[in-house]
Amino acid sequence: MNSAFLVIILALGWAGITGNFSGLNLLFGGLVGGVAILILRYSIHQQGALRKTAKILSLAALFFYELMASAIKVAVVVMHPNLKSALKPAIVAVPLTVKSDAEITLLANMITLTPGTLTVDIAEDRSVLYVHALAMDNDTALIADIDNGFEARIREVFK
Amino acid sequence: MIADIVLCLGGVLLILGAIFTLLAAIGVIRLPDLYTRMHAASKAGAVGGGLVLVAVALISMDVAVSVRALIGVLFLLLTTPVAAHLLARASYLAGYRADQSTVRDDLKTRLEQNSGS
Repeated sequence: MNSAFLVIILALGWAGITGNFSGLNLLFGGLVGGVAILILRYSIHQQGALRKTAKILSLAALFFYELMASAIKVAVVVMHPNLKSALKPAIVAVPLTVKSDAEITLLANMITLTPGTLTVDIAEDRSVLYVHALAMDNDTALIADIDNGFEARIREVFK
Repeated sequence: MIADIVLCLGGVLLILGAIFTLLAAIGVIRLPDLYTRMHAASKAGAVGGGLVLVAVALISMDVAVSVRALIGVLFLLLTTPVAAHLLARASYLAGYRADQSTVRDDLKTRLEQNSGS
């Protein structure tokens, strides 16, 4: 994604947030976006963003599906007449295969918003993510689920 | 015609969002400890608030309002898990232990090893 394209996106975003699509406001949005990109120019170095778009969209689709599933699952557990039997909380160490800050942040956020799991902590050497599960029946299934679901998709997007 | 459909859809989303928010609140009261409560607050809460915002985006029929509502959803989804994670981590490190029904605690083992070595 080159900077000019990013400036236009940011200008449109600015116009959307301020609710004013006049030329002057778009220009101002572009200016603010340009300054932001200038400040962040060493942090943004993505290549082949368009090729990744399909993968990002498939990750987003998976995410929204899992988010709805997770909300419904929590709702079912909450309304369960015998709460104790529906709950089986556990804190499980999930080995990490993604390494960069952005990937770990994304993975941790997505784990929190998916069925029955919540990120609690990360090991100092970044090898393990501690995940709290609402109802854990089988730890290997839980770890495999995260590894094959989000972690695999995130690896593809960031590759 | 289309306006009516959009209005109905928005109403349905509004009710669904309200139901999820209510369930999240009930979950915060009923669940036994902070970690399980964060599940209810972060998931059902974010989905409830998000659905209400999507409903606003539909019903308003105004591009400026819709875009802002959808950006609101995005920020809600970005920030809720961070808040849940920070609350869970902070309370764990502060010594707040999980409910007795917790079947397994890998983090406890690690903290004990660290303090032992």
